Amino acid sequence: MLKEALIEKLDYNELSNCMRCGFCQPACPTFRETGYEAASPRGRIALMKAVADGVMQPDQDFVDQMNLCLGCRACEPVCPAGVPYGQLIEQTREAIEEVQEHPTWVKAVRKVAFKHLFPRQDRMYRLGSMLRFYQKSGVQKAVRKLGVMRILPKQLGEMEAIMPEASGTGLKKRFGTTVIPAAGERKRRVGMFHGCIMDVLFNETNVNTVRLLTEAGCEVVIAEGQVCCGALHAHSGEREEARGLARKNIAAFRQADVDVIVSNAGGCGAMLQEYDHLLANDPQWHDDAKWFAERVKDISELLVELVAPETWDALPQSKRITYQSSCHLRNGMKVTKEPVHLLQSIPGATYVQLREGDRCCGSAGIYNLVQPEMAGNLLNEKMQHVAATQADILVTSNPGCLLQMKAGIKRAGLEGQMEAVHLIDLLARVQKKAAQ
Amino acid sequence: MLPEHIRSELRAIVGEQYCLDRQEALVAYSYDATPMQQALPDVVVMPKSTEEVQQVMRVAAGHQIPIVTRGAGSNLCAGTIPVGGGIVLVLSRMNQILEIDEQNLTITVQPGVRTSDIHQAVEGRGLFYPPDPGSMVISTIGGNIALNSGGLRGLKYGTTKDYVLGLEAVLPNGEVIRTGGKLMKDVAGYDLTKLLVGSEGTLAIITQAILKLIPKPQTQRVMLAMFADMAQAARSVSDIIANRIIPGTLEFLDQGTIRVVEDFKQIGLPTDVAAILLIGQDGEPQAVDRDMEKIAAICKNNEAVQIKVATTPEEADDVMTARRSALAALSRMRPTTILEDATVPRAEIAPMVAAIQEITERYGLHICTFGHAGDGNLHPTCMTDARNHEEIERVEEAFAEIFAAAIDLGGTITGEHGVGIVKAPYLEWKVGAAGIEVMKGIKKAFDPNNLLNPGKMFAKETRNRVVVNRA
Repeated sequence: MLKEALIEKLDYNELSNCMRCGFCQPACPTFRETGYEAASPRGRIALMKAVADGVMQPDQDFVDQMNLCLGCRACEPVCPAGVPYGQLIEQTREAIEEVQEHPTWVKAVRKVAFKHLFPRQDRMYRLGSMLRFYQKSGVQKAVRKLGVMRILPKQLGEMEAIMPEASGTGLKKRFGTTVIPAAGERKRRVGMFHGCIMDVLFNETNVNTVRLLTEAGCEVVIAEGQVCCGALHAHSGEREEARGLARKNIAAFRQADVDVIVSNAGGCGAMLQEYDHLLANDPQWHDDAKWFAERVKDISELLVELVAPETWDALPQSKRITYQSSCHLRNGMKVTKEPVHLLQSIPGATYVQLREGDRCCGSAGIYNLVQPEMAGNLLNEKMQHVAATQADILVTSNPGCLLQMKAGIKRAGLEGQMEAVHLIDLLARVQKKAAQ
Repeated sequence: MLPEHIRSELRAIVGEQYCLDRQEALVAYSYDATPMQQALPDVVVMPKSTEEVQQVMRVAAGHQIPIVTRGAGSNLCAGTIPVGGGIVLVLSRMNQILEIDEQNLTITVQPGVRTSDIHQAVEGRGLFYPPDPGSMVISTIGGNIALNSGGLRGLKYGTTKDYVLGLEAVLPNGEVIRTGGKLMKDVAGYDLTKLLVGSEGTLAIITQAILKLIPKPQTQRVMLAMFADMAQAARSVSDIIANRIIPGTLEFLDQGTIRVVEDFKQIGLPTDVAAILLIGQDGEPQAVDRDMEKIAAICKNNEAVQIKVATTPEEADDVMTARRSALAALSRMRPTTILEDATVPRAEIAPMVAAIQEITERYGLHICTFGHAGDGNLHPTCMTDARNHEEIERVEEAFAEIFAAAIDLGGTITGEHGVGIVKAPYLEWKVGAAGIEVMKGIKKAFDPNNLLNPGKMFAKETRNRVVVNRA
């Protein structure tokens, strides 16, 4: 029964800490779209509490409302009482998942993805190789010519169209070693978290991250045995799977004995930083989880700390640059100023603030695939603000956001005028040649 | 649940999408920002126009169903809890700014417009709508009018009532009245505009408002002054006013609040001081500079241990952080935060704060006080836990004594939050039995069948007045 599962999983103290002031509502994308109290963080917490208090039965409306949440956590920084909404929604989804009867094909897809694909980096690389074959061999061209994409849902078709070049060669193979020495004096020993999808679809960004770090005086360790961070699992109610992945990552980085664990994807970083919460009830792992969580940093934090602004070359042509922040980087990791600071320090770049650049783009993990209508509305609004900046470069700091922004540029007809780039790839372009 | 034929009448008016009676919707509209208050309505109805409000009202009147009008649900007096079930009428879809009239300096709005959206819309044109309740980022103007909301600028600029020039409202019989207008002068009959402001949804449903605007002050400056003794801070407040200066902002934090804020934010506030005043002035640059100098001198005269005048916008932001963080810091201490608004004449602030401290200690509670020193509107805030029934009883006793103390000092039980459910048992203490009778008569004249927001304002029983011998 869902009710019992919810009562067991939900942190009742945190539910009680919500004082219902409603200050979360202006920050909530689904409330702003609908104006409906139940579609706001205050509303969802009230629904959770009503179930826990026996005021209502968790019916299908309840489940739908919980699934409509993007999990962007924009409500957390504005909450006066500091309620960890992200944890509450994950606990709710874990309970829903535990009792939910999926159709057989959904069960199969979930099982393959969550149990046999994301947790196994070797399989991710093999999938990367296959994808690369599809892209390079002419099959993709043929498929597009035949119009096969038209029969897919719009969002899937859009995603196929902007899919970056995949790679079956992970970071370790690219460098041929797991320890890359610092250029010059070693200031830090940094563990590189390469991610699962990142290392397949954005392998070049990972390579750039390592280069920027070594130039900044970091010895970079690609900790062996690391796996997917588990964020997609946790957001989809597979917290137990996420815990298994967390233990593997903690062991890998503990073994590597690093000062800092660096991530270049806001979604992963925020998850890694919360391993201590995820394993709060696991006495055997809790201390190590705390050790791990305290060391997690976003690459932008480390670069601001270690790199002098003179390090950057000017852009070949002067460019207008704007920044769409990753929700989990901002609301989860609380990193807001560093990416902007880095962009402002690039010579020849004019930084333009994006209106509502702190609002979710609608990507939100796999949200754009499962809630296409809401995600589409959010993306359309986002692109209006993006177009108004008249920027040449739209920077973001998480793979999902980057793909969504690429799709958005296409959708808004801004191709050729504007490109979407990961912060790290832009910085790699202006890294002084002599230093490379 | 209402019978199907009534629900179908309502659906026919607003459309299926905006007439909700599924469990999820009933729970979502069963609460507002008031702690420990919840009741489920029978149906949630979201009209889009005055005409739809009229039709819903007629259906409700025909079947004797209560209507609770609701905006954002951010009030702190349980004013929008549907204690008698019935219809929760959500006006958030009526959210259009209809006109900004730069000739007459007015703005005409529907009730569902957010307060901060009004600020944004008029300030872009060099105009100013001063009322700024703490919840302005979510509160609707309809709710502000219904509760006569205050805010930080009350001392210099007044409260919502001072800016409402005219209203359109639907009466319990479904008729529409229009009061006032774009008029600074209008003595045609009883002032129904003023009567509806602060009527808490018990007399009529406000469907449109004409608000007064003023020119936006050119510049703004703020400072902090810290005192070792509450009396010195209070004397500074009196001296500032006595020197014919009316500051735009005049806020204070007591020692308990300062300690909690510093603990939470680490902004370098001295935790050994008894009180901090946050003083702001706005207006012509030269006049503002002159006032700030005078105010600093007055605080120094009253032995302020430290004065920090902000010279840049960033510094001003730092100064404001102390006050802005007060509620956040306090609400993190315990699960339940009860924020009250007992108000006294400004000259009585020091004795009132002392009385609150004494009562808090006697009941063994944790109550910190901050608030609007300039207009005597205090926010004694209790950090507690709704699950601890024994403690909650003590909290209620303590607040009853705090209200009594405020009245003894010539003050009131509520300065800006409203009566609703939570202050109803104390209303008679302030207005007297004769006052209650007159108010009930007014209610009857508007709403003879008690359909609009029943259970609010008037309690079934008045609480026995506590008599405490304060030596």
